[in-house]
Amino acid sequence: MAKSVQIVTRINGVEGTYQVDPRLHLVDFLREEVELKTSRVGCEQGVCGACTVRLDGEIIRGCLFLAVQADGREIDTIDGISDQGELRELQQSFHDHNAAQCGYCTPGMLLTAAALLREKPQATREQVREYISGNYCRCTGYHSIVDAVCEVLELHRQPSAKSA
Amino acid sequence: MKAPSFDYVKPDSLDDVLALLAQHGDDARILAGGQTLLATLNMRLSEPELLIDINAVEALKGIEAKDDHLWIGALVRHSQIEDSPVVAQHAPLLMQAAPHVGHRAIRNQGTFGGSIAFADPAAEWPVCTVALDAVFHLAGSQGVRKVPAAEFFLDLYTTEMASDEMLIGCEIPFSPPDTKYAFQELARRHGDYAIVGVAATAQMRGGAFNNARLVFLGMGNTPIRALDVEQLVEGKAFSDDLVSQAKQALVGVLQPSADLYSSANTKMHLAGVLMGRVLKQLAESA
Repeated sequence: MAKSVQIVTRINGVEGTYQVDPRLHLVDFLREEVELKTSRVGCEQGVCGACTVRLDGEIIRGCLFLAVQADGREIDTIDGISDQGELRELQQSFHDHNAAQCGYCTPGMLLTAAALLREKPQATREQVREYISGNYCRCTGYHSIVDAVCEVLELHRQPSAKSA
Repeated sequence: MKAPSFDYVKPDSLDDVLALLAQHGDDARILAGGQTLLATLNMRLSEPELLIDINAVEALKGIEAKDDHLWIGALVRHSQIEDSPVVAQHAPLLMQAAPHVGHRAIRNQGTFGGSIAFADPAAEWPVCTVALDAVFHLAGSQGVRKVPAAEFFLDLYTTEMASDEMLIGCEIPFSPPDTKYAFQELARRHGDYAIVGVAATAQMRGGAFNNARLVFLGMGNTPIRALDVEQLVEGKAFSDDLVSQAKQALVGVLQPSADLYSSANTKMHLAGVLMGRVLKQLAESA
């Protein structure tokens, strides 16, 4: 049996000390130890994107990162990020376009879409499709999700959005 | 599935990492970005007793333009290469290839050195480093030795690196200023495991290819340089006829095997199509 390791990590702005088994993935840690169920366990091999969370502000796969690696780092799940209001436009747009169906992929989709908005504000529809290609959705066929993301991109490109 | 049980250490110096490697040998695995390692652990394809997390070793980080080469530390993330103005200036091939490495969430964590050390035949950095005449720095108990990329990749997931050595970084010599770069890859879904890809460089002089390099991924157990094609196009201008001749020459160079989705013939056809595209791209960017 491997030795457990103590970590100190800030999750959604709240610092905590935890004792973790080295083999525990971040996503299982968040779900089982921290009781944050919004990052989903899908493929557990980095393919589906359902476990997407933020590490020090950048999106990562929660299944390809160990809880012990989170020592001294900041983790944000959609719970905290949504509460801060950062995703409001995306969430509204997803709602308007019926881009969430069963909802399993939605936290990962929203966090990935938010990263796209920040990194590639001039993204074309094709680039949106490429960017979210790391996130599986088995309900919507992606069109409604791409529509929703493109609408927010367009909204941000309006001249009036700059002063807002 | 969940990973098997293992111990975890996070040394903060290269010497400590090397001492641990020497002590534990094949029972230990280095954890850099973990984007391949953790997937294989989750699938129980690998059951190391110890993970040595090297993320605290500062000496492995950073991208730097030196006198005559670009230095990329082993721990540099794929996304850092994608976003780096220094890479864009000195090794644009890497910037073209970066978006093909997994997806952004994976590129934020996965490392340049990890991809090279793992030597997956469908990975992007091995072919790019071969095309760019990169030199890898391997640290071991005897010190640091330098191995050219062309001599590093020996077979499927097999490299020149000994089990008590680790890759600390890579130097990429600056190319002549008129060098052009092209990278093309086909995958079933963008960012997925590639079916075939090709990294190409050439100096375009008077409309003709000079010193062309064509290195294929996914077409064998290692990066495969198409020497016959390089010789064929040398000193010639781009034309459809040249592409046809190059495709014929390529048949003697590549012997792909079928995978789950594509037959050997399909892969051969696709390699020819991509080669035509990179030759055209090189010619048109001149």
